[in-house]
Amino acid sequence: MLLEIEDLEVCYGSIPALKGIDLEVDEREIVALLGANGAGKTTTLRTISGLCHPSRGFVALDGERIDHLGPHEVAGRGIGHVPEGRRIFPRMSVQENLEMGAYRRRGSLRDDFERVFGLFPVLGDRRRQVGGTLSGGEQQMLAIGRALMSGPRLLLLDEPSMGLAPLIVRDIFSIIGQIREEGTTILLVEQNATQALRLADRGYVIENGRIVMADEASRLLADERVRAAYLGEAPPGS
Amino acid sequence: MCFTQNFWNFLVSGLADGFLYALVAIGYTLVYGVLQLINFAHSEVFMSGGFASLFILQAAIGSSQPHGIASVGFVALGVVGGGIGGALVAYLLERVAYRPLRRRNAPRLAFLISAIGASYFLYNLAGKEFGRNALEIPSPFVNGPVFTIFGATVQTYYIVIAIAAMAMLVLVDRVVAMTKLGKGIRAVAQDAETASLMGVNIDRVIAQTFVLGGLLGGAAGFLFGLNAGVVYTMGFTPALKAFTAAVLGGIGNIRGAMLGGLLLGIAENLPVGCVGTQWRDVVAFGILVVVLIFRPRGILGEQLGRAA
Ligand SMILES: Nc1ncnc2c1ncn2[C@@H]1O[C@H](COP(=O)(O)OP(=O)(O)O)[C@@H](O)[C@H]1O
Ligand SMILES: [Mg+2]
Repeated sequence: MLLEIEDLEVCYGSIPALKGIDLEVDEREIVALLGANGAGKTTTLRTISGLCHPSRGFVALDGERIDHLGPHEVAGRGIGHVPEGRRIFPRMSVQENLEMGAYRRRGSLRDDFERVFGLFPVLGDRRRQVGGTLSGGEQQMLAIGRALMSGPRLLLLDEPSMGLAPLIVRDIFSIIGQIREEGTTILLVEQNATQALRLADRGYVIENGRIVMADEASRLLADERVRAAYLGEAPPGS
Repeated sequence: MCFTQNFWNFLVSGLADGFLYALVAIGYTLVYGVLQLINFAHSEVFMSGGFASLFILQAAIGSSQPHGIASVGFVALGVVGGGIGGALVAYLLERVAYRPLRRRNAPRLAFLISAIGASYFLYNLAGKEFGRNALEIPSPFVNGPVFTIFGATVQTYYIVIAIAAMAMLVLVDRVVAMTKLGKGIRAVAQDAETASLMGVNIDRVIAQTFVLGGLLGGAAGFLFGLNAGVVYTMGFTPALKAFTAAVLGGIGNIRGAMLGGLLLGIAENLPVGCVGTQWRDVVAFGILVVVLIFRPRGILGEQLGRAA
């Protein structure tokens, strides 16, 4: 198992945001983590990355606990994090933003730049442009490209479709699929449940800091409760 | 009348002061960028650089009278020695006065009080150890008029300051723009949490930022001490003016600190010819008040707190 989370409890002050979560991600999977606003999705990713630390339970990568590490050390273990809201460095150029993704690496980045510009040609065209002046979709592409520059084994994506036009969302989801084909494991947090589940192998549904469902993506997609709560359909019989 | 008569002379001395303010102002602005904190103990970094260069040059020069190529070597030694002294004190300040507070998420006021405490401690320690009177740095070169321009006499001292300061300003500008260290500093200033997700060790970058600012501040202490001597209280006024320069240029903005330093040096020197030296500090701190009231983000600052 690449990533294992067990009985994870995380608090802000004395208030628990995660109340005992179990979650696993296997090599080369795309796993979707779905839930409403405030359910605890971002907190889960932040704890994996070392920005938050658990008061109970653990996070393990390759069977080794990483929940006591700082974020820069977790990054060094091969986890790339595309944070909620993209968080581009606004006064750095596209190129510098990408170089930041490779901050811990040595040696030539030529192949990595080529790969990112292959996935997102628009970034290549805007290499010298300052990050803060990009459109929302371009910023999201930059955020994903930046995380890829570290050569991660596990990519954490926090609501990559947030605030983007449907056409751009479609592009981004297809590129996420492509990234997995190239061998990167993905944990995808989304509120856009339909598209996420179409792409994912498995999914978890989180509510109020607890996992309430875990199943194959196709089964979740067909599940009436999921359809009612997250796919905007009326529950049966109403 | 008096203004035009002395204009060029005061422009020259204003530029020399301005270069020193610029070097010190960068220390304020770099630290502000990564921590949103005014390091009010930076005055003692400047002072420590002055003393460090004094002791190093006393040992190196002895009683000889440097001239020619040896002078260049001694000036470089003073700059490097002062810089290392300043960097060391800046690093210790970060470790002792600030980092423990960061670990505890202390309120902003705690950092300010810690800075003032550290500043008092350091300059009183220096006063106790090195005496209360100004000490003369052994001159690494023979001072004297080199040439005149529009009636202004340019001394060797001014040329030394201008060359040393310009070299350091260009260097720090390039370091911040191009090196990994510089990218780390800018990333932490723009979004520290995201920088850490990229693998940046924030604590290390903060320490490096203090060291970089300390190098420049300490070297400035040497250049200042060449003319005025070194004494435990030497940091207070120049550093406060450098802080003014950093605010004037736009706190957090490195080129702003350079520009602010030069402008402030010139602005406070120009009226001196007409109304007397006693107006210098009044003008300088008047500028601080006016900038804080009417344009707190300074000349090049975009918005307060988000400009690196
Ligand atoms: N920095 C914070 N301080 C206090 N509470 C927080 C903080 N961040 C999130 N929370 C709370 O934790 C819970 C989970 O939030 P989050 O993980 O952001 O949810 P999601 O990403 O699913 O919208 C929410 O109740 C939220 O209010
Ligand atoms: Mg969220």
